[in-house]
Amino acid sequence: MAKALVFIDNPGSALKKSSLELLTIARSLGEAAVAFNGELHDDVAAALGSHGASVLYRPSATDLDDYLVAPKAAYLAAAVAASGAETVLLENTADGKEIAARLGVKLNAGVITDVVGVDADGTAHKSVLAGSYTTTAKARTAVAVLTVKPNSVDVEAPAAASTPEAVTIDVPADATANAARITGRAEKPASGRPELTEARIVVAGGRGVDGDFGPLEELADALGGALGASRAATDAGWIGHDYQVGQTGKTVSPQLYISAGISGAIQQKAGMQTSKVIVAINKDAESPIFEIADFGIIGDLFKVVPQATEEIKKRKG
Amino acid sequence: MKIVVLVKHVPDAQFDRHLTGPGNTTDRDESILSELDEYALEAALQLSEARGGAKAGNEVIALSMGPAGAVNAIKKSLQIGASSGAHLSDDALAGSDAAATSLALAAAIRYLAADAPVDLVLTGMASTDGETSLVPAQLAERLGLPQVTFASSLEVNGERVVARRDGDAHADTVEATLPALVSVTDQINEPRYPNFKGILAAKKKKITALTLADIGVDAAQVGAAGSLTAVETAEARPPRTAGTIITDEGDAGIKLVEFLAAQKLL
Repeated sequence: MAKALVFIDNPGSALKKSSLELLTIARSLGEAAVAFNGELHDDVAAALGSHGASVLYRPSATDLDDYLVAPKAAYLAAAVAASGAETVLLENTADGKEIAARLGVKLNAGVITDVVGVDADGTAHKSVLAGSYTTTAKARTAVAVLTVKPNSVDVEAPAAASTPEAVTIDVPADATANAARITGRAEKPASGRPELTEARIVVAGGRGVDGDFGPLEELADALGGALGASRAATDAGWIGHDYQVGQTGKTVSPQLYISAGISGAIQQKAGMQTSKVIVAINKDAESPIFEIADFGIIGDLFKVVPQATEEIKKRKG
Repeated sequence: MKIVVLVKHVPDAQFDRHLTGPGNTTDRDESILSELDEYALEAALQLSEARGGAKAGNEVIALSMGPAGAVNAIKKSLQIGASSGAHLSDDALAGSDAAATSLALAAAIRYLAADAPVDLVLTGMASTDGETSLVPAQLAERLGLPQVTFASSLEVNGERVVARRDGDAHADTVEATLPALVSVTDQINEPRYPNFKGILAAKKKKITALTLADIGVDAAQVGAAGSLTAVETAEARPPRTAGTIITDEGDAGIKLVEFLAAQKLL
C-alpha cells in the first residue's frame, strides 16, 4: 500500500484543522503516518489515531526549535527514509515551504507548493499567477513533497480509529551544524481572531479607512473572521504589516472576503481573487474592485459597516 | 565583503500575465526587475556602503538566470548601484523548476566565488511570478550555507549575521555565521531609485555572460529535462464577473447582511 507522511511542526495542545486536512489527504493516498516534533499531548496522540495515523515519528533531539528550518528538514528526511513514504505533506506556511524545499534537495524529490487538491494518483492541483490560472502538476521523482493550503479539503475521519505505533527517529548529528540559530523570541499579543491565511472570513480595509480600523475590527469579530489590510493601509502605518493581503503580503482564499475602502488595484486583487464570495464597499463607483465583487456597495464604509455589524449582532441575538 | 544578489526578470504584475508553450511556462514579454528583489539589492548596497563601498574592496554582484531579456533586470540593478552583473543564459535552462533553478544558480555562485569567496547571498522573499519561495532554501541547502529567510532587518557584525524575522505569533532574532544566505522582506528598507549618475555609471560596468558550460552544469540536469516536477495542464481561470452593485440609500448595511444570509455565510 502506498504510504504518505504528514509533518506536523509542534502539534501543541490541540491539533489545528489544517493538520487534520493533511491527514485526510494522506489517507486518500494510502497508509498515513505522522512525523512531528516538540511535545505530544495525550489527547493530540489520540486525535491523530482517530484520524488514521498508523505511525507517529518523533525526533531523538529536542532542540530543533532553537534553529531555523534546516534541522527539521534533516529530521524529516530521516523520517521519510524510515517510513518508506512516497508522498510527504506539509503545511503551506513560510516554514513549511522551506522545510519542503530543503527536503526536496536532500531526497532529490520534486516539490510542489500552494497545492489546493491532490488526486489519488498524486496529481496536485494549484492556482498560479495570483489565481489567474489553475494548473495540475506532478512530481517526476520516487518521492513527492507537497505543501497544501488550508481549507483545501473537508476533514474526514476513518470509520475505525488506529492505535499508532511510536517510533523515534535519530536526528543526524550534523543537522544543526550549519543552521541559523534563533537567539531571541518576542511573542506578539494574540488578537483572538483566526489567522489571516487560514480564516474562512476576511474583512480587509484600505486607504478609505483613513486610519480607523475600529469599525472593520467590530465587523470581523461579529463574523468570527480575520482582519486584513491593503498595502496602502500598512504603508501608512495604520495597521501592522502582518495584516497585509496582496502580492507582497499574504494570499488568502476564504469563503468570504469583505473589502472596505480598497480600490482594488491589481496587486491587491492578486491576493484575494480566489475567495469564494467577494463583497466590496467603496465610495468611488469607478473602483476596479467592483469589477470582481459578487456584491458591491457604493457608499461610505463608516455608515455601511457599523450598520451591518449591528444587524449581524441583532440576528445572532 | 562580496555579496551576490539574485535578481529576477518577471512579468509586470500591473498587466495580465500568461502561461505559454508546451511546458506551461510564464510568458516573459513585458518583464521588469522583480519588485521584491529591489529590497535585497538595497540591503546589499547598504552593507557595502557601510564598509566603504567599492573603493574599500566591497563588491555587489547582481546575478540573474533567464533568457536574453533577463539582462534588463541586471542593467537596472547596475543603475541602482550593483558593482557588476552576471547573466546565466542557456536555451537548455528553459522550463526549469525550483530544483533545476537552484542547481544552476548554485553552480553560478560557485563560479563567481572562484576568485574570492562569496560572503553573503541575498535574495527577495519570493519572486512575484512563481511565488514558491523554494529557491532561496534550496540554494542554501545546495551550497551548505545557513539560511536566514524573511529578514525584516539585517546586520553583519564581523563574521556574524543578525536578523529579525517576523512570524504571525512571534518575532525572532536569528543569528548565523558567514558565509550565509539571507532572504529579505519588503519591510527591511526603502529601495532607492537609479539616478542620472547611476545610469551613466552603469554603462561602464561589466556583465559576465555565463552558459551552462561555463558553470559546469550538464544540460540534462536543468530545464524541463532536469526538473523534478512537471506542469501537466494549465487553464486560464474564467474571469470573475461583477455581481450586484447597489448604491447606499441608508440601508446598505442591512442589505449586505441579507446577502450574506442568503449565501449562508452568517
